[in-house]
Amino acid sequence: MMKLLIILVVILGIVALAQLAKVYEHTRELRKTREEDISYADNRMNAFLWILWMIVFFGSSLYLMVKYAHTLPESASEHGVALDLLMDVNLWLVTIVFFVVNGLLFWFAAKYYYRKDRRAKFFPHDNRLELIWTIVPSVVLAFIIIYGLKTWNTMTGDASEAAIKVEVTSEQFKWFVRYPGQDNVLGAVNVNMIDPGTQNLLGIITEESIPARIETVDASIAKEKEKIDSAAKLALLPASAVEAIEDKIFRLERLKQRILDIKNYEVKGVSAWSAGADDIIASPAELHLPVGVEVELNFRSKDVIHSAYLPHFRAQMNTVPGVPTRFKMIPTITTAEMREKLDDPDFDYLLLCNKICGVSHYNMKIPVIVETMAEYEAWLATQPTFVASEEPAAEENATEEVATEEVAAENVSAELITNED
Amino acid sequence: MAGHGHHEESFVSKYIFSQDHKMISKQFLVTAIAMGVVAVLLSVLFRIQLGWPSEPNSFVHFFLGDRWAPGGIMSGGAYLALVTIHGTIMVFFVLTGGLSGTFSNLLIPLQIGARDMASGFLNMLSYWFFFVSSVIMLTSLFVETGAASAGWTIYPPLSALPQAIAGSGLGMTLWLVSMVLFVASSLLGGLNYVVTIINLRTKGLTMTRLPLTIWAFLITAVLGVLSFPVLVSAVVLLIMDRSFGTAFYLSDIYIGGEALDVTGGSPILFQHLFWFLGHPEVYIVLLPALGISSQVISTNSRKPIFGYRAMIGSIMAIGFLSFIVWGHHMYVTGMNPFLGAVFVFTTLLIAIPSAVKAFNYITTLWQGNIRMTPAMLFSIGLVSTFVTGGVTGIILADSALDVQVHDTYFVVGHFHIVMGMSAIFGMFAGVYHWFPKMFGRMMNTKMGYAHFWVTMVCGMGVFFPMHFIGLNGSPRRYYAYSEFEYLNATVDLNVLISVFAIIGGIAQIIFLFNFFYSVFRGQKASQNPWQSNTLEWTTPVEHVHGNWPGALPVVHRWPYDYSNPAYEEDFVPQTVPLKPGEEEH
Ligand code: HEM
Ligand SMILES: [Cu+2]
Ligand SMILES: [Cu+2]
Repeated sequence: MMKLLIILVVILGIVALAQLAKVYEHTRELRKTREEDISYADNRMNAFLWILWMIVFFGSSLYLMVKYAHTLPESASEHGVALDLLMDVNLWLVTIVFFVVNGLLFWFAAKYYYRKDRRAKFFPHDNRLELIWTIVPSVVLAFIIIYGLKTWNTMTGDASEAAIKVEVTSEQFKWFVRYPGQDNVLGAVNVNMIDPGTQNLLGIITEESIPARIETVDASIAKEKEKIDSAAKLALLPASAVEAIEDKIFRLERLKQRILDIKNYEVKGVSAWSAGADDIIASPAELHLPVGVEVELNFRSKDVIHSAYLPHFRAQMNTVPGVPTRFKMIPTITTAEMREKLDDPDFDYLLLCNKICGVSHYNMKIPVIVETMAEYEAWLATQPTFVASEEPAAEENATEEVATEEVAAENVSAELITNED
Repeated sequence: MAGHGHHEESFVSKYIFSQDHKMISKQFLVTAIAMGVVAVLLSVLFRIQLGWPSEPNSFVHFFLGDRWAPGGIMSGGAYLALVTIHGTIMVFFVLTGGLSGTFSNLLIPLQIGARDMASGFLNMLSYWFFFVSSVIMLTSLFVETGAASAGWTIYPPLSALPQAIAGSGLGMTLWLVSMVLFVASSLLGGLNYVVTIINLRTKGLTMTRLPLTIWAFLITAVLGVLSFPVLVSAVVLLIMDRSFGTAFYLSDIYIGGEALDVTGGSPILFQHLFWFLGHPEVYIVLLPALGISSQVISTNSRKPIFGYRAMIGSIMAIGFLSFIVWGHHMYVTGMNPFLGAVFVFTTLLIAIPSAVKAFNYITTLWQGNIRMTPAMLFSIGLVSTFVTGGVTGIILADSALDVQVHDTYFVVGHFHIVMGMSAIFGMFAGVYHWFPKMFGRMMNTKMGYAHFWVTMVCGMGVFFPMHFIGLNGSPRRYYAYSEFEYLNATVDLNVLISVFAIIGGIAQIIFLFNFFYSVFRGQKASQNPWQSNTLEWTTPVEHVHGNWPGALPVVHRWPYDYSNPAYEEDFVPQTVPLKPGEEEH
């Protein structure tokens, strides 16, 4: 029905236009006017429309600016405050330019509309004027560049050694958050180590996880081989299917080789393979951050490029498979405080995806919870540490043990970190 | 130049495999209009989804069917495919192929006094590559797994892995093939334009007597010839990664339950290659529009363009700088912050020649005698949108600020105002202005007015509010903005934008009607309807092969002698010799 209506309206519209055009054609012939001769009335009407447009356009722009330019709450990070100021200064500057230049344009367009008795001023160039509007923008831009780069430099410098390291990993369409545990060193990872079977979703490498991983791969290879063997006995499978299985076996063998090729290395005098054992993977995935402490967010991606966007903190960094990235910041307002400020008990900071990554790109988020150090540590203590294991039951036990150990070790952990440096 | 003088031409060689630049220009224009209609339709469809997310809509269902819009609700996959193809068509097919293809072809020989392009055959090939490439791009909308869906920037790994998104299967393959053909077309065209401008100028037409249109087309062609090959390399490497097991862009990937056997590649490499084309590309889109508006504004203000030499200098400066700013698209990829700083510097430098151009336009209007032709309205509109879009570019160029607004609707607002409005306005201005030259008839002025004002209002109504949605932190390429609470602050704007988009889209029917009606029924054109100085208006209204029936015109002056006090008429064609003692500008 709706379709029909739309088609009808379009057809009617075109017919009406055609009729109008015909009538127009006739009057034009009667009056002997030509299309290119713009009448005085038309020139004046358009001049008037420029002014009208200026009023409407400027008015609605102002309205939008006042109502919508600051819909996000104040920045909840330290660098964000500087960034907001920079943004405001720049927005003011460009808004002034916007109004002045557009205003001049519309004004001239309206004022100098064609009249037969006037003659345009022959004014081909003027070096002085041109010099002015080369130099003035240059000076303003120099200011913008210098001010912008100053902010950029403070934002992008290295994080201090004391900064808390957190790793955020993206995968279509979820996020993982990993904390380094007591040693403040994130354990080594390798994409070939990712193994849902042993709950090793991030591919963390430890002395234990490697044999565990090899075991799963071997098991898969054996399973495939068995398929071929039984098929050969019964001559059940077509040659192409056998080939596909052989191909799969070949790929698994290569995978195994890649795992065997993984080399250990040292981070701050610690073996990278030993650093992973105490890593904590937030479950459910949430990014908890203590207020007032510098954090270094380390980003990785498992599949395609995503982007970790934290609009309330004025922070963003792409997550790129194969290329680690980072961003440092200092959260300044706890979630509880922000809820109070906004008078919204349900408010949560968010980390969301801001790089097209697939069909659910629009819904790939985790909450960010900023809390006091005590709350943060209490939360950390409830989180399981990483243990690669085939039996989920054993894993549970293990995590509980480690978790209690950790509470005990909590007090010394801060010292440990500083000692290491 | 073949064929000058012979008359009997078959239908095929006259209308289809024509080697005449005027016919090829019309072919480009009509193809671009058809592609533009598709792209606008796509945008109206996905705007309906964004304005009224996940509400069943029979219009959407009518076009997408059960496969892509079950129950009249567009699927997430369909949304991304539509956005991707919309962007691709608009940037490449309408504003690169369409804009340059139409006006470079039409105006270069006519305004430099040449009988045709340097190579009519290559010119014909250029069109046919473009045509085939268009057809392939449209076909990709109909494949089973959907059209390319990774955005018009097709960043791998998303574009490289069909496991990541269905559109990266056959749809992406067709996209890549289409793009290779497109680049071939663009190179054939571009080389031809450069050679023609350098070699075939008529007697007396020195480089500093060239109309600014020709300068703009020249620099545009040079940019294209230097940057498009880099896109081909990027695309070929991507094809290798997709189909031949290489890993130029891939490393450490776990997808579909499997760790891929790829190491050592870098997805960032693709972005460097892509934007090495991509940024010059935005000027490839914009410069011809600026060239057209220079010509139209000067003619209809009855004044010389202000600062002719500064305008040429600015075009050249913009062209040069556009090659060293690509990194401003990559501030948050984890690039070295110092490198980012360098790109901030180079990018903001471009603002200087751009500002010079804007002020020169405005000064041209000052104390003019402005004829409000539809082309003139679009050109003034272009200057306004160029300024409006330019100033938000200053925000985006600032790496620190880009951290907050990168990939948000702020960007979408910015590039639509410069490309979707400025460049498109330049194209409309060109069509209205040179329609009499192309078709020997006039377009209807009143309809032109209606078209301009509705488009201006709706365009700004669509794209201006996008900045504020972006400042609120709304990411782009989102299928719906209903999943996050904080985005509720701007739902009303999203509805407003969609309403304007629908009205603006429908309003283009006025243009289409006017165009096709006037082709057949428009008032017969006179030889020089706008009383313009340039050479194209010395050719007869009826097209002849070789453009001028007799000898080629000889040029004696620059093209901007409007209202020159030494003359009674308010225009002095380039073919008029200098008076004794008259000084040239
Ligand atoms: C009826 C007019 C138009 C409307 C309503 C419209 C709307 C949109 C919207 C909503 C998007 C999606 C933004 C996102 O989620 O990232 C988009 C993308 C885009 N549009 Fe338009 N647009 C219009 C005309 C144009 C024109 C004339 C151009 C010519 C340059 C253009 C070029 C693009 C490009 C390059 C993209 C990016 C596609 C991508 O993300 O891959 N659009 N448009
Ligand atoms: Cu995403
Ligand atoms: Cu750019």
